[in-house]
Amino acid sequence: MNAVTRLAQGLMQPLLALAERRLPALTRLRSPEALPIRLHRRRIYVLPTMFGISLAVLLVIMQLGALNYANNPALLLTCMLAGAACMSLFAGFSAFSGLELVAVAAPECHAGERCELALEFKAGARARAHLRLRLGNDDTVFALARDEVRRVGLPIQPSRRGWFRPGRIKLWTDQPLGLFVIWSWIHPDVGVLVYPRAEASAPPLPRGAQGSGPLPAAGDGEEFAGLRDYRRGDPQRQIAWKASARHESLLVRESESSRAPTVTLRIADLGQLDFEQRIARLTAWVLAAEAAQTPYRLDLGHESFGPALGDGHRRACLKALALLPDAT
Amino acid sequence: MRLERHAFEWVCAAAAVAVAIHLGHLPVWLVVGLIVLVPMRLLQRRHDGRSIPAWLRMPLLAGLVAAVVVRYGNIFGRDAGSTLACGLLLLKLLETERIRDARAALGFAAFVLMSGLLFGQSLGFTAVVCLGLIPILAGMNALQPAPLNPLRRVRGELLAGARLLGLGLPLALAAFLFLPRLSAPLWGSPGAFQSQRTGLSDEMSPGGFGELLLDDTPALRVGFDGRVPPSRQRYFRALVLWDFDGRTWTNAEPPTRDAIETVASRSPPLTYEITLEPNFGPWLVGLDVPLRASEPVRMRADRTLRRERRQSDLRQYRVESALDYVLGESLAAHDRARALRLPEGFNPRARELADEWRAQARDDAAIVAAAIERFGTDYTYTLAPPLLGRHSVDEFLFDTHAGYCEHFSSAFVFLMRAAGVPARVVTGYQGGWWNEVGDYLLVRQSDAHAWAEVWLQGRGWVRVDPTAAVDPARIVRSSSRTSSGAPSAVADWLLGLRNQLDIVNRLWTQSVVQFNALRQQSLLQPFGIERAQQRDLLLGLAVFIALVLLLATAWAMRGQRAQPVDRLDAAWNSLCAYLRKRGADIPPQLGPFDLLARVESGMGDRTVAANLSALVHGYVQLRYACMEADATAVNDLARRIRRWRLPAGVRFGA
Repeated sequence: MNAVTRLAQGLMQPLLALAERRLPALTRLRSPEALPIRLHRRRIYVLPTMFGISLAVLLVIMQLGALNYANNPALLLTCMLAGAACMSLFAGFSAFSGLELVAVAAPECHAGERCELALEFKAGARARAHLRLRLGNDDTVFALARDEVRRVGLPIQPSRRGWFRPGRIKLWTDQPLGLFVIWSWIHPDVGVLVYPRAEASAPPLPRGAQGSGPLPAAGDGEEFAGLRDYRRGDPQRQIAWKASARHESLLVRESESSRAPTVTLRIADLGQLDFEQRIARLTAWVLAAEAAQTPYRLDLGHESFGPALGDGHRRACLKALALLPDAT
Repeated sequence: MRLERHAFEWVCAAAAVAVAIHLGHLPVWLVVGLIVLVPMRLLQRRHDGRSIPAWLRMPLLAGLVAAVVVRYGNIFGRDAGSTLACGLLLLKLLETERIRDARAALGFAAFVLMSGLLFGQSLGFTAVVCLGLIPILAGMNALQPAPLNPLRRVRGELLAGARLLGLGLPLALAAFLFLPRLSAPLWGSPGAFQSQRTGLSDEMSPGGFGELLLDDTPALRVGFDGRVPPSRQRYFRALVLWDFDGRTWTNAEPPTRDAIETVASRSPPLTYEITLEPNFGPWLVGLDVPLRASEPVRMRADRTLRRERRQSDLRQYRVESALDYVLGESLAAHDRARALRLPEGFNPRARELADEWRAQARDDAAIVAAAIERFGTDYTYTLAPPLLGRHSVDEFLFDTHAGYCEHFSSAFVFLMRAAGVPARVVTGYQGGWWNEVGDYLLVRQSDAHAWAEVWLQGRGWVRVDPTAAVDPARIVRSSSRTSSGAPSAVADWLLGLRNQLDIVNRLWTQSVVQFNALRQQSLLQPFGIERAQQRDLLLGLAVFIALVLLLATAWAMRGQRAQPVDRLDAAWNSLCAYLRKRGADIPPQLGPFDLLARVESGMGDRTVAANLSALVHGYVQLRYACMEADATAVNDLARRIRRWRLPAGVRFGA
């Protein structure tokens, strides 16, 4: 039995793939589309499931039996079951159509990491239960109450840096009875910027511009060194509240360590590594410098960032690294 | 995917309901199995979570099949098959671990549920069985992954099941009405799965009716065209029994249909329609004595009615009877010999008594009178008579003196034959309860009766009811008698109530249970089709289903229309479209004031620009300066925009 199923699947999958390539109109290999995406009858597909087909066969047998033995109550019973089965199609469809995908939030994510793409669905005037999202081989299930707007996390694991496109997502359900599968392909035009993979055990940060001594680790040298203006991304605990109150602008205590000499992360210095490895190491260093609160400058040759510190700077650096063209 | 506990409990519930429908006829061990197995499996799954190994399940399966074979002799047939199905369903629970198993179990539960209707088809029972679909549908729904309200799952799933059943009802009724019925079965005999329990037997021995007389289920209903015969004339003839072997009256020699006993009618014929309950036996009944019956009923030589072969789903037929008649004025020698034959070596004392009567009597009628007189003096009518031995007639006549219709008719016919008067036993129903509301006569199984016919010179076969001599009330009261034999006010009242309520059952039986190929043909009469053929019915079914599906589609797509168009935006868009048509370059992202500036710079005509400026400002005012635009103001602006025209010849140019 299992072998047969596997064989059937093995046969079906290439066929389906071929059909989708050859007949995009048939399978609606939709091109990316702008949000919001609202499900309507033109893009909702319905097919009976194996269970639905089996139940249909069973119903036919039961009806034949009831007819043969002229047993009207039994016929009525099978008709009622058949009626309910048919109506389950409409019930499932009505719970499906009108659903709206309003937004897709992209998380910060490094290549090779698992993270969740947040899809924001709007239920509209109907409650919708038993919905499933399928990307790859995993289903994410969710339900929406009437008028609810909910973010549904869809796990993704991008393997490459750069713009990740989730591609076609199958939104499907076989509610309420599992007799019909109702689905729609959604292909939101969103890209998730995937930061490069950080090298797992990267060497410590290079020394300052002149290569002076190893950096003190973060947390060391909490010795007070002075005040400076607040920059976005500074940790709250470093804000000097009393001093800030006097100055009418936020001031941040600067410790000895954070005034450590800036480091310069230069891609050209890593000539001995292969290109992707260089990017991985620079990524790891950007993260390390951020963790150590060491201002850093990223020099990619054609452009350079910083020296600076904070989320904005980090993002700019990681984005630049992520979007570096592949080595040719 | 592994089944969660909640869903598994639903599957168990649905299966338990389906099996419980069969409780009335299941063997005890299976009932015990239901009560023990299901809770045990639930507990096991809750605490242990492992699946039941095959070495445990296989012997159970083998044991089930063996037990069914031991009890019923095979695994087919109605009782054996349904017992096996119930057992299999219970065993299926043992191996249900995944969603697929659960779905298979639920589908099978539906099948088991349906097979329950082989055992009873009354309105109440059918309703209960149909409600049994709800747990099945709810169980299917419980297999879904993400309920709306996880805290109140059971309620939601029950509602979903009931809702689907309700939604499916129109479709179900359409299919039920229009699915072409078979006029002849495709396989097997239709009676095979009908009840063989109740009803008259084709033989009679004293004591054999016992159970039947306690069975209060309806047997048939009669609607009369004209007047209703009085209770003492309501003898429904079913079988004529000629042959006695000392113990049992049978009809060993199949009566031919060519020499039907003649009838001279002495009263205007009475026509009526008889509706049988589905589990009625192969024979039919007619009021003494039937003259003719509607097709496909055939009349046999002794004026009893039978179905034509292969018409065993016949439930309704019309009969014409004569209540005052002379039946079989002449008696053929063969029949006379048969009507006098008695087995040797039985009931010597009764034979002596008969000889005595013969010697004293002037004619046959006097012998009959003597017998009736004897029954009328010293005998009691009881539904719990003492058991009789080898000489059953002797023991009844001289020792026990107590019995019911079978004892009396058997003894009476024996005495008559011993005295040389041709006589035979007739069984059927007698009496019935007149339902005023429904204008019909209800005859229950407990109205089963046996009487006698003697052949007298010049008067033919004369009906003699020795039971009436003993207990005349039995004949007059009939269906109001309590089943237990001991009259009690409450029981009487209850039976009266049931007789009143029988009209509901009658409607059910008439409209649903007996809906057959013949009735179906007249289904389309309102549409001008006299006799609907199978093609017409299928067409009707298709039309009806299409209608229902159309409605369902409309229902499923309700609220699918696009957002209602904003009139203000529509007016503004029409203005932009007009300007574009006249050559203005207006990209979609252009705001109203920018548009105005662009138009003004594009042309020199001041008045035109001033007019346009008023429109643009009107739009901006309504769109951005108030929370909700006043409808009349919007309409006004829309009208102004519609009327506004650039002077002829003015064009935006490069």
